[in-house]
Amino acid sequence: MVSGKPVSSKQRILPLVVLLVALLIWMIVSALRVFPESVFPSPLDVAKGFVEEVKAGRLLDDVVASLFRVTTGFALATFTGVPVGLWLGNHARTRTAFLPLINFFRSLSPLAWIPFAILWFGVGDLPTVFLIFMASFFPLVLATVAAVENIPSVYFRIAHDYGFNTVETLTKVTLPAIAPQVITALRVTAGLAWLVVVAAEMIAGRAGLGFAIWDARNGLRMDLLVCGMIVIGVIGIVIDRILFQLTKIPSIRWGYER
Amino acid sequence: MKDSPLVVDDVFVRFGAITVFENLSISIAEGEFVAVVGPSGCGKTTLLNLLSQFLRPSSGEVRSTGRIRMVYQHDSLFPWQTVRENILLGLRDLKDATERERQLADMLKLIKLEGFAEHYPHQLSGGMRQRVELARALIGNTDILLLDEPFSSLDYLTRIRMRNELARMLIQLPRTVVLVTHDIEEAAQLADRVIVLSERPARVRSEFRVELERPRELTDPKVVETVHQVLSELGLEHERRQPVVA
Repeated sequence: MVSGKPVSSKQRILPLVVLLVALLIWMIVSALRVFPESVFPSPLDVAKGFVEEVKAGRLLDDVVASLFRVTTGFALATFTGVPVGLWLGNHARTRTAFLPLINFFRSLSPLAWIPFAILWFGVGDLPTVFLIFMASFFPLVLATVAAVENIPSVYFRIAHDYGFNTVETLTKVTLPAIAPQVITALRVTAGLAWLVVVAAEMIAGRAGLGFAIWDARNGLRMDLLVCGMIVIGVIGIVIDRILFQLTKIPSIRWGYER
Repeated sequence: MKDSPLVVDDVFVRFGAITVFENLSISIAEGEFVAVVGPSGCGKTTLLNLLSQFLRPSSGEVRSTGRIRMVYQHDSLFPWQTVRENILLGLRDLKDATERERQLADMLKLIKLEGFAEHYPHQLSGGMRQRVELARALIGNTDILLLDEPFSSLDYLTRIRMRNELARMLIQLPRTVVLVTHDIEEAAQLADRVIVLSERPARVRSEFRVELERPRELTDPKVVETVHQVLSELGLEHERRQPVVA
């Protein structure tokens, strides 16, 4: 994650230069045959493989499959995890009771659920959505709880002084007060979910980018494997940039500029 | 004489084994500016919580008439709302939208932030934010203003500037004011009456009237004299100096 400070056009070029240098090193290493060609594809091979996959329509299908699963699992986790976090943040005793359990599941790698996911949900979208949910839900709950606990109590005094009712206190104080922290948590968790989808599809998938990578390995198509890796990385960045836009909303920016 | 808008009548406040106030009685007249000073931890903020009815006394009575608003020690503007939205909180029960806008415009003019209605608090300086806090509390028909060390987080020069601003605002919008502060200069410059509280359990230890029209200069001999009196009352100035006479 990078902060949103404005950068000059000169600074914008710097990352591109680094990318080009990395590409150059890749080309040199593959041209020098440091590794056998069969296990170290050249950039050109990968580009050809990319065109092949796009033309066959497989790449698009895989991207759509993975994005659908991530979006579904992540949305489910957000729309349940944030309310649960709000509830726990406002109820000290329930929080004390549940926090160890939530911390336990947060610390448990979601990949450990893969066997059960397959046993319970078979193969396809459902086990992957389940795993993404398991990966996202617990961190989101914990981040929301922490955000609620961090709200300065003076805001609630003000809400009381100016006659806010319970609903107004929730919608006009609690939610806007936690928004910046929750959005940061969403960005972190979305990154996590994107990591998990690839791993889950390798084992429990019949489509998707993770499955594509596994399939390429089985078919000894290292060019397609690298192609899948690049697409996964680029989409990960795009997802973060999209969520990053939320931090620019005027009523939310305060949380990042103190 | 009219009934006092704020009366603390023989109040005791206890939190468990700790007695914060004992036989505390204070009566504040309409339009009066009272500053309350005292050793730290003597319950100055608790006194404001009593006056705002946020806290009930263990025994005794607190009576108030009119709308009370409080300005807090720490930044209490909602950072997700603009200056305009924050100030309009103070006009929530005014239904007439045009009248609301008119009062808002007047208030922005009074606090000299006309161009800043759409700014967010984090885009303002500390002094500007404090002016918005005062505006939110003053707007509408507030009768009583409770100030809990409102300028304590500001630097020295800004603090002096804000005192002058507050005095100027109160000339235009006269209110009954209770200011809790650890800044004795601030108390002497702003208040008609300075109440010194004792150590816990606190009661009124002494009172000093400042017989001088508001607003005043910080270095006015009467203000300086009051500072001397309060400091020696608190045992912070041992040699009682003669008042500075022009």
